[in-house]
Amino acid sequence: MSALAAANARLLGLCDEAARRSDPLAALRRAGREAFAASGLPDTHREEWKYTSLAPLVALDWALAPASFSPSAPPPGIEMFTLRESPAGTPRIGDLVDLKEHPLAALATALLDDGLVIRSIPNADVARPIELSLSTREIHRPELRVPRVRIEAARGSRLAVVLDHACAAIGGPRFTNAVIEIDIAENAQLELTVLQRETGTAFHASNTAVRLARDARFTSRVITLGGRLVRNDLSVLLAGEGSECSLDGLYLGTGARVVDNHSLVDHAVPRGTSRQLYKGVLAGTSQGVFRGRVIVRPGAQKTDAAQSNTNLLLSNGAEIDTKPQLEIWADDVKCSHGSAIGRLDENALFYLRSRALDEREARALLTQGFAAQIFAALPSEALREELGAEFARRVAAETLP
Amino acid sequence: MTQHEKRPLLEIRGLEARVGEKQILRGIDLTIRAGEVHALMGPNGSGKSTLAGVLAGRPSFEVTAGSIHFDGRELQGLLPEERAREGMFLAFQYPIEIPGVTNNYFLKAAVNAVRQHRGQDTLDAMDFLALSREKMKIVGMKPELMSRAVNEGFSGGEKKRNEVLQMLLLEPRLAILDETDSGLDIDALRVVASGVNYLRSANRALLVITHYQRLLEYIVPDFVHVLSEGRIAHSGGKELALELEAKGYGWLEKEPPAAGAAQ
Repeated sequence: MSALAAANARLLGLCDEAARRSDPLAALRRAGREAFAASGLPDTHREEWKYTSLAPLVALDWALAPASFSPSAPPPGIEMFTLRESPAGTPRIGDLVDLKEHPLAALATALLDDGLVIRSIPNADVARPIELSLSTREIHRPELRVPRVRIEAARGSRLAVVLDHACAAIGGPRFTNAVIEIDIAENAQLELTVLQRETGTAFHASNTAVRLARDARFTSRVITLGGRLVRNDLSVLLAGEGSECSLDGLYLGTGARVVDNHSLVDHAVPRGTSRQLYKGVLAGTSQGVFRGRVIVRPGAQKTDAAQSNTNLLLSNGAEIDTKPQLEIWADDVKCSHGSAIGRLDENALFYLRSRALDEREARALLTQGFAAQIFAALPSEALREELGAEFARRVAAETLP
Repeated sequence: MTQHEKRPLLEIRGLEARVGEKQILRGIDLTIRAGEVHALMGPNGSGKSTLAGVLAGRPSFEVTAGSIHFDGRELQGLLPEERAREGMFLAFQYPIEIPGVTNNYFLKAAVNAVRQHRGQDTLDAMDFLALSREKMKIVGMKPELMSRAVNEGFSGGEKKRNEVLQMLLLEPRLAILDETDSGLDIDALRVVASGVNYLRSANRALLVITHYQRLLEYIVPDFVHVLSEGRIAHSGGKELALELEAKGYGWLEKEPPAAGAAQ
């Protein structure tokens, strides 16, 4: 048996264990198991996984561990509860993610035990972001977690959520395989910030599926600073006319880390707007992947879609694979995409050095400047400072090429 | 003190340099003493900006022969940042835009790098604010430019004022102004010149690179040199600039190149 087949067999064993529990989530788990049994862990023959190999994760014997969220107390206008403690039966869950397309989400669904639901009440205007910390403590054997979050923004409401993934510096490998479902009702607005700053022994996969109703608005910001291997799938369905999404990302590759962002924006109806800005900084022998797919369905006229992916390579050993993919089936649309790969500008480096900054400081400053645009949009001054400093620290820890 | 005054601040001997495969400087001799203002003129392509870049240590410029002594110390082998800390300053002809880095952050880092080198205490945010406000007034710079990204979206005049502001903050011993007057209207030129003159003192020197005699009405030089094809073709007093303005550079080429520097 190959290592991959052996890993699939072990993971299916975990799925079977989970399937023995009988609770309201059992049917969903069965659907997850069925999809995962059909696909198994993806290998690099699958187009969506061409550049990202799960090989380092496959060799480990994962044990399932519960996810903890430690949410801050919900502000007025927000209801927050777990799937198990749901006040009125089991809330809708699992209807936004395509399990056949996403093997890891299928695995997470097969192992689903509990999750967190965040729901705004209609027309609530909640300025303060709701913060969820999905940190893991010191661990002693390879642990797999499948945190699940469902966010429902009710009609006319506005809210912001911060998901913070960090982990204790000590401990063995951990694999966070998160699924986040977001449903945004008419004229509602949600701003999602995802912070991924785990250590070099952490594997991280997240699958975020978003649906927008008429005139709804979604802003996401995914900041990846750590983790051995990070794969983010973000799928946004513009299902209501006049809906808008703005997807930003910043990923930092240091050491031999791999950061892979796959986005899919599906313009299903007319007058949708989408903006994407992903910026990558890659050092050492790290590897970045960006694949941005935009679909404009037949009839989705007056779609306005723009995508940009710019990358800064800090070393000769770093690599980026960037691929925009536009599939346009309507004729009255405005779609653009651009990607760039560059190094630090020699003239700018000389300018800073001629002002007495040494080469290391100059490189760090230019790198921070490249990322600043993404940090500037973070929802609080505290986060801007904290993340900016953490980014600077991680960049500074890299040696000069 | 008299001993110190006698030693040249900058002494260039037989300097040759190339950029890529192209030989640009073909034997420069120039001596600048503290307290002096030297103007360097010459047609496009004569090597003025290359000389400025070589002095500041631009990595892509290669010195192939000769020596440069700054305050008695050989400059070759010193990194650009080491030269800056020793008191060399180059005001760029085309100041660089640095997106995402505020002018305030950049200037404070630069000032503190120099202060640290001089064994002075570094300035905190409040002290730096006070210092930068004072210097900005001298160059007539709008305070809001401090919270903007370095030179990003600055007008041509704002960029040049920002260069002079940096010079005032870093208090160099030798300031090289590379066509700081280009693209400035007369009012901006006056302000920039007054900033430069503010810095003039007995223990500092200036090397002013310009195409036009106009700037030299405001920053009056002690010596004027004309660079032609990588050599100093002619040196004289401030009246030489007027002569060049009247006659152009053509007449110089008909005469044999002057054998050396101002002294």
